[in-house]
Amino acid sequence: MLPFLRRAVFIGLVAGLVIAHLSLVGLVVKLDDRDLITRLVSLGVMIPVITAFVAGFLAAAPRRAPETIEPGAATALLSGAVGGLFTGLLVAVMAWLIEAVNVHGVLVNASPLLVKTLHLGLDAVPGSLALVLGSAGLGVLGAAIRVLPASIRRGVLTGLVAVTGLALMQTFVGQILTGLGLKAVNSFLYARDGMTIAGALVALVAFGVSGWAWADRRDDVRQRFRSLGSAQRTSVRLVWLAIAVIILLTPPLYAGSFLSQALDLIGIYILLGLGLNIVVGFAGLLDLGYVAFYAVGAYATAVLTSPVSPFFAPHINFWVAVPIVMAITALIGLTIGAPVLRLRGDYLAIVTLGFGEIARIIFLSDWMTPYVGGAQGILQIPPPQIFGIDLRQPERLYYPILGACIIAAIAAISLARSRVGRAWTAMREDESVAEASGVNTTKYKLLAFSLGATFGGLAGALYAVRIGSVFPQDLNIIVSINALALIILGGIGSIPGVVIGAIVLVGLPEVLREFSEYRLLIYGIVLVAMMLLRPEGLLPNRSRRAELHKGEGEDEEAWDEEVWNRETGAETPEPMIT
Amino acid sequence: MTEPQPAAETRSEAAPDAADAGTDAVLRASKVTMRFGGLVANRDVDFVIPRRSIVSLIGPNGAGKTTFFNQMTGMLTPTSGDIQLDGTSIVGRTPHEIVELGIGRTFQNIRLFNEMSVLANVMVGRHVRMRASWVGSLLRLPAVRREEEETTERARELLDLVGLSRAYEGEWARNLPYGDQRRLEIARALASDPKLLLLDEPTAGMNPGETAQMTKLIGHLRDQLNLSVLLIEHDMKVVMGVSERITVLDYGEKIAEGTPEEIRSNPRVIEAYLGKQATAS
Repeated sequence: MLPFLRRAVFIGLVAGLVIAHLSLVGLVVKLDDRDLITRLVSLGVMIPVITAFVAGFLAAAPRRAPETIEPGAATALLSGAVGGLFTGLLVAVMAWLIEAVNVHGVLVNASPLLVKTLHLGLDAVPGSLALVLGSAGLGVLGAAIRVLPASIRRGVLTGLVAVTGLALMQTFVGQILTGLGLKAVNSFLYARDGMTIAGALVALVAFGVSGWAWADRRDDVRQRFRSLGSAQRTSVRLVWLAIAVIILLTPPLYAGSFLSQALDLIGIYILLGLGLNIVVGFAGLLDLGYVAFYAVGAYATAVLTSPVSPFFAPHINFWVAVPIVMAITALIGLTIGAPVLRLRGDYLAIVTLGFGEIARIIFLSDWMTPYVGGAQGILQIPPPQIFGIDLRQPERLYYPILGACIIAAIAAISLARSRVGRAWTAMREDESVAEASGVNTTKYKLLAFSLGATFGGLAGALYAVRIGSVFPQDLNIIVSINALALIILGGIGSIPGVVIGAIVLVGLPEVLREFSEYRLLIYGIVLVAMMLLRPEGLLPNRSRRAELHKGEGEDEEAWDEEVWNRETGAETPEPMIT
Repeated sequence: MTEPQPAAETRSEAAPDAADAGTDAVLRASKVTMRFGGLVANRDVDFVIPRRSIVSLIGPNGAGKTTFFNQMTGMLTPTSGDIQLDGTSIVGRTPHEIVELGIGRTFQNIRLFNEMSVLANVMVGRHVRMRASWVGSLLRLPAVRREEEETTERARELLDLVGLSRAYEGEWARNLPYGDQRRLEIARALASDPKLLLLDEPTAGMNPGETAQMTKLIGHLRDQLNLSVLLIEHDMKVVMGVSERITVLDYGEKIAEGTPEEIRSNPRVIEAYLGKQATAS
């Protein structure tokens, strides 16, 4: 028991430091204005609450080294309490220090307001007590989560996460509910500022119960599905497909302009991710200058379609321009690909990084200004039209972007499962062996580069018509980094991963808007945590997961044992030869 | 010993050795010389692999076996001399072109596509015999799908042939036990329908039981697939047991060639392997 308690103290103190840090950067006070549940729980208060809860949860975790020891229920709860207690103690000491010593001049955020928030609005002594005891109580609750049976734990966590999510995304959920004509539901769930108490309780119970039920029956449902006849299975799949189609097609009808804008941007990043995934994920060529293709796509579209483009007078229709733009970017992909074919790994990354910067600087240069407008960019890019309908509004532009994403995803999947995809994977695994097995590595590298470039060009074209103008300074290395980050976040080489990665990476900053200047701090924390907890990405393809978790599994041991068996002749399977 | 001749002249003549003129050879190397700066790794090596034979290339460490091997697979280009596969010169061609012409190989230290399935490894080997273009793959044309099915079937046949259980086909290559990885490498090489199979120390790291099985497999493959096989091997038991002809290299030069019996009693070979005193005593 003692090792558990010692660890609980440590975890508690670390959690306390986390709270102290977030308090002193001003996050707690700042977010205290934003109510999650109206007049009851503010986002600011949620920071210490969640931290103490997590501290309890972690303190009650089974110990791994040197051997796995599961704590008993009593030990777990006690560890949780100790963890929470020390979290609270540290924060209480900090609060007391802030009151006793005036450090307001140095630490701007160490204000009486912060102390008041941490003391839950109470006076010094009862406030400190409430803080410490509440924190210990939260630690116990966190530990209790561990002690509960798996299905109930799943239910409780689903409920809590759902309520927090609903409260955080009030603007979006409210917009969608109103758009769907469910005003009554909206006003039941949300007050003007935060969720209503009744709404939060109902959501907690509803999501909790369904989370619990699903955790309990998941295997049964899968079993039943497997035992169905093939005709029935097909019809079940068709129903799911129909639901997916409806979910994909309808958002513009209820999502409103702001959310549609976010969706459009996510779609463009999905396209970028799919293209870069061919180069990095499939073929294993680390390209850090992917923005070059995006920029060429955007500029080519602008030059071809804008009536005010300085050099190309006839402004042609967007739909005619798109294939031309894709062809141009494919060619650029070939020309950039050709000289860097010999480079591998880090060297390739550095050179492509250079190409990305070159693209931006060329578009900005005096030399190109007569053609692409230099720093002034190109304006008045007309929106695409379908049957005479202008697609300028984000709600309408959603459809061509969705179409492009679906086509690109299907194309990427088809390629991955073909002779071409196999050749790429082989090249990624071992280039010289791929060559010695008959793969023309030169050709397949160029193919990966130019196909990836084509996707990037298409994304650029859609970006240009979405904004209606292009400027060189928007097409910088951040785009490359984001595209690469979303692939890694989703799981390298995985196509569903690209979609999830784009939603998280591009969608999250939109959701986090109300955190204002702390937005990027939180975003960074989420990314770091993600990569530590799930280095293989959110939806990895299976081989990556194996690679990154090989130390934890028994793969290698099994292998060694097998070798040993063979070498000692303990087990010698007969080959087919007679 | 003759002086090394200029490359162009040697290649244009490409005259087979008088002694080998009559044999039906799948591979014929004439006067192959490979220099690395001042170092001569192969000097004027003449070498013939008769059709449907199993030939071994042996020699002490540093004798130039691997250099010669790499010239046959296109990893290196000879400084002078010519190598012909069925009358077509392979000098100056890239490795994948040589695979297409009909030479398959394995590696001394197993090199599989570790994070691909066993079946996919073999299917990569089939790459050069497939026609699907990227456009066809993108559009999933019926012909492409048919070819994919045929390739899968062929890959499974090859797994059977080398004695790998079909239960393994979905497993990643790197999870296979050592001996099976060797077999998988051979299956991958066979998938390109080679006329000539080059095996670089196929029994390295194997126990006697496995070595015996591998020897049996090599003979079996030759009979089943009408292959010619070239072995580089250190295990003399394997070499003597399986080869019909043996070529011995020492300091980059061919010092002997003949049947296992002839090689066993050849004084120059004994000298090369055991030193001068062994022959004197």
